[in-house]
Amino acid sequence: MTKNEALFNYTLRLGDDSLILGQRLAEWCGHGPILEEDIAITNISLDLIGQATNLLNYAALIENKDRNADNIAFLRLEKEYCNILLVEQLNGDFGDTMMRQFLFDAFRKPLFEMLQFSKDKQLAAIAEKSLKETKYHLKHSSEWIIRLGDGTEESHQRVQNSLTNLWRYTDELFFTDESDTLLGELGIIPDFSKIKEVWSANVTAVFEQATLQIPANNWQFEGGRKGRHSEHMGYLLAELQYMQRAYPNMEW
Amino acid sequence: MVTKEEIYSWLEEVSDPEVPVLSIIDLGVVRNVSFENNSWQITLTPTYSGCPAMQTMEEEILLKLKERGLSTVKILTTLSPAWTTDWLSENGRKKLKAYGIAPPEDEQDKSLLFSSPTIVPCPVCNSKNTRLISQFGSTACKAHYQCSACQEPFDYFKCLK
Repeated sequence: MTKNEALFNYTLRLGDDSLILGQRLAEWCGHGPILEEDIAITNISLDLIGQATNLLNYAALIENKDRNADNIAFLRLEKEYCNILLVEQLNGDFGDTMMRQFLFDAFRKPLFEMLQFSKDKQLAAIAEKSLKETKYHLKHSSEWIIRLGDGTEESHQRVQNSLTNLWRYTDELFFTDESDTLLGELGIIPDFSKIKEVWSANVTAVFEQATLQIPANNWQFEGGRKGRHSEHMGYLLAELQYMQRAYPNMEW
Repeated sequence: MVTKEEIYSWLEEVSDPEVPVLSIIDLGVVRNVSFENNSWQITLTPTYSGCPAMQTMEEEILLKLKERGLSTVKILTTLSPAWTTDWLSENGRKKLKAYGIAPPEDEQDKSLLFSSPTIVPCPVCNSKNTRLISQFGSTACKAHYQCSACQEPFDYFKCLK
């Protein structure tokens, strides 16, 4: 594997995580439990889609095959998307959405904090930019997890169920293969074990305050990074890709 | 030959489509103006990664410079150093307040949980007795506040460092 192939894989993975979670969150538009949260969730979605645009444009540049962020986002088959399974999971109730967001934000913050010192200048620049937005998202999702977990009996039970359901998708946040090993050796990406240390400490602290229990049954799913997705992915892509498939090359 | 200063003065006439009281110069998104390979290059930086106003700004810049007779203008985008509200001009801050949007105040670290919200004086009556309604507002760059003294709900231009 060449450095460019590894860099393409890595950038595409980060870009797909942002794109698919951004798309999922956009489904809340007009359906938020209160107006303020409707606006908050769609603002976060917009930040993620902006980050996806930066990342996928950079992936296209590395690949050098005459594609751009739009072609990559809208014209691939399901097996070519390499986002983690966590981000494609259904929105569920507000607690499910906040739990998925918290687990993700708590990973993205240390990732971007370390990636902003990458030897690859463009990845470093994207990380520096995205970090400011991610800090704000993490504050929002952490506060909701504590409020719901340490809230009423009903909110506690429901958000505990969200954690129990979503925990099994968290190992995949730290998925690595030969692309990551190569880029790690070249000082282009941070060490995943260091990100995991910060992530674990942060989620444990928030769950403690939220009086939530990390499930004991630790069976973990994976497959998204290799293009093997859950049954929810096809429906998401059908909506994401509809306009480009029905009206090829259409523009606003 | 047009000078750099002239270009900057023309860019003063291009406004932010989401906060039209601000010019793109006030907003601090114009990072560089240079003449290279026989054409003018304008370098912009986005306020937020997904700011939907960036594309409109680019089109407005091209249109404005075309009106002034410059047809081969190139727009470049840079992400680093990342935009900060420190780049908002003094004049821009005054214009925001006069328009009814509270300008950014120095804030505590964003990652602190349940930190007390920043005290933002009301842009209408200047009272400091205001409260945060939502961390997220009508655009990516704003949060939503309400004044407890005069009851005015208002936008706050979030501090971003």
